[in-house]
Amino acid sequence: MSVQSASTRGIQGARHPLIKGRSVPGQTLKGRRRRETLRTLAFLSPWLLGTGLFFIYPLVTTGWLSFTHYDGFGTPTWSGLANWRFVLGDYPFFWPALANTLWFVLVIVSLRVLSGLALGMLVIRIKRGSNLLRTVFYAPYLAPPVAGTLAFVFLLNPGTGPVNHLLGKLGLPQPGWFNDPSWSKPALALLAVWGVGDLMVIFMASLLDVPQQLYEAAMLDGAGAWNRFRHVTLPHLRPILGFAIITGIIATMQYYTEPLVAGQVASGQIGGSGQQVEPGYPSGSTLTLPQLVYNLGFQRFDIGAACVVALILFVLSMAFAALLMRRRSGLLSVED
Amino acid sequence: MTTMTSPARTAGATRAADPNRKQHRSPKAALEWIALHAFAVAAALLFVLPFVFVGLTALMSDSQSLTPDLWPTPFVWHNLVQVWHTPGFPTWWRNTLIYAVLGTTLTLLSSIPVAYALACFRFRGRTVAMMMVIATMMLPPQVAIVPLYLVWAQDFHLTGTLWPLIIPMAFGDAFSIFLLRQFMLTLPREYLEAAKVDGCSDLRALTKIVLPLMKPAIAAVGLFQFFYCWNDYFGPQIYTSENPAAWTLSYGLQTFKSAHHTNWNLTMAATLLVMAPVIIVFFFAQRAFVDGVTLTGVKG
Repeated sequence: MSVQSASTRGIQGARHPLIKGRSVPGQTLKGRRRRETLRTLAFLSPWLLGTGLFFIYPLVTTGWLSFTHYDGFGTPTWSGLANWRFVLGDYPFFWPALANTLWFVLVIVSLRVLSGLALGMLVIRIKRGSNLLRTVFYAPYLAPPVAGTLAFVFLLNPGTGPVNHLLGKLGLPQPGWFNDPSWSKPALALLAVWGVGDLMVIFMASLLDVPQQLYEAAMLDGAGAWNRFRHVTLPHLRPILGFAIITGIIATMQYYTEPLVAGQVASGQIGGSGQQVEPGYPSGSTLTLPQLVYNLGFQRFDIGAACVVALILFVLSMAFAALLMRRRSGLLSVED
Repeated sequence: MTTMTSPARTAGATRAADPNRKQHRSPKAALEWIALHAFAVAAALLFVLPFVFVGLTALMSDSQSLTPDLWPTPFVWHNLVQVWHTPGFPTWWRNTLIYAVLGTTLTLLSSIPVAYALACFRFRGRTVAMMMVIATMMLPPQVAIVPLYLVWAQDFHLTGTLWPLIIPMAFGDAFSIFLLRQFMLTLPREYLEAAKVDGCSDLRALTKIVLPLMKPAIAAVGLFQFFYCWNDYFGPQIYTSENPAAWTLSYGLQTFKSAHHTNWNLTMAATLLVMAPVIIVFFFAQRAFVDGVTLTGVKG
C-alpha cells in the first residue's frame, strides 16, 4: 500500500502558515459543542434517515400488522393474536420450515467452517501454485447464487446429470438429490460448501498471523502435528472461529435464494407473486423461514401472518447479533 | 481493541509461513509432500469441475444435452448467441448493470461520510450508533419487506421498476459503512490531527487525506456492493417480478429453465453468461477482493 506517499501529499496540501481553527475569537465552548454536534449529524444524516426509513419504520409497522387482518387491499383490521395462533398452530409449514432452518444452520455452518479451515491450512502449506489454488477455491464464492444453484441442479439432476453418471460408473448409489426430500438438503449443503472461499481467505489471514516461533518451540518440545494444531493454531484462531460461526448462523438463518431457486427449478414451477405453488419442493424439504414470509405475504396475501414470521426471524437474528457484539467475547467490538 | 489483519501480509507471507519450510529429504517428509499435493489437486478439481461441466454442457447440441455425455461433439458455439438473442436477455443484462452501477455509486457516496463520522468523531451515542449499524447488517431483508413493499406499491407506485432497489442505496449500506469504518480506524491518527491543527475542515480532511489513503478499501467495498447488486435475487423478485421489462439477470435466469425445460444446454449457456462477468471481474480485481474479505475478518 502506498500509504506513505499519499499521506505526505495530503498533509502538504493542507499546510497553512498559521495555526487556525483552534480558537476563533468570540466563540464560546458551548457554541463549538453545538457546531460539532451539527457537523456529526450532517455526516451521519444519510444513515440516520436510512435507519429510520428502512429499519425502524418497517419494523414497527411489521409489529403492528402482525396483530391485524390485512390482505394488502383496503385497511388492516385489528385481529389480536389470531395471526400468531394461525402461524404457530394451524399453518402447516411453520414448524417444518423452522426445523429445516435449524438443519441448515447446524450442517452448513459446521461444514463450511471445517472445510474453510482445512482449505486455508492446505493452501498456506503449498509452496508453488498457492495463488492459483487460492483463486480456484475462492472463485465459486463469487458465482451468483441463482447461477450456482442452476448449475448444481443440473450437475445433480438424476436423469442426465454428470454426478450421478459418474456415481453409476463407480457402482455407487445414485440419489435423487434435488428431487428427493431426503437428499435435497444435503445437495444444498454441497452447494454451500462449494462457496466456502470467503471463510478460507479469512482463516488464511489468521493462520499466517500465528507466530512461527510458537511452532518451532512446540516442535522442539516434541509436539506432533495434532498437538501443534490443538495447542498453537486453535487457540490463536479462537476469535476468528467464533466470528465465522456466529456470522455463519446469522447468514444461514437468512437462507433464501438457493433453496427457493433449487426447488423451483427442480420442480419446473416458478411461483411468482400471487401464485399458489406448493412451497419448498420436494415435499417442503427445502422450505426455510424467510421463504415463509414470501409465501404468506406475497403468494397468499396473508400479510398479518407474514409479519408474524418476519418478527420471529427478527428476534432470532438479533439474538445472535447480540452474541456477536457481547463485550466479553470481543468478536465484533463496537468501540475502538 | 479492534485490530485488523494487514492485507499486505496475506500475499507476501503465503510462501514463508510453511513451518516445514526447509526441504527435509527424509522419506516421511517426501510422503507428506506427496499426500499434501495430491489432496490439493483433488480438492481443486472438485471446485473447478462444476464450472467445467456447466461450460461443456453449454456447448452441446440439444439432443446431446439429454444424454449423460460429458464432452460436446460437435461444439455448438451458436448456443451462446441464441441465448443472447432470447427475448428479454439483453434487457435483463441492461437492468442488472443499471442496478449495480447506480447502486454501488450511491452506496459509496452515502456510506463514506457516515463511516468517517463513526471512525473519527467523538460524540455521545457513538457506541449505540455502531451497534445499530451491526444490527442492520445482520437484519434479514425479509423482516422489513412487507411494510416497505406496501410503501413502494401504494404510496410511490414504483413497483415493477428498479427504483425501489436503487433509491435505498442513497441512504447508506450497513455492511459498507462497517467495512469502511474498520479500515479508517487503522489509518494513523496523526495525519488527521496534523490537518486539524493546520485548520483543515472535516470535509477537506475526508476528501484530501482520508480518501486517498482508502483507495484499496473503497475498491473492495465498491466491488462487494457491485456484486451484491449483480447477484441480488430477493429484491428483484419482490419489486420487479410483475414487470418482465424490469427483471434482472438473477431473476430472469431462473425462468429460463422452465421456458426451455427440455434443453439443459441452453440453460447452462445462460448460466455461463451470467457467471462470466463476475468471474472475469474477479480475475482482474483479485487483490481487492481478497483484501476486502480479509477486512471482514475482525479479530478481538
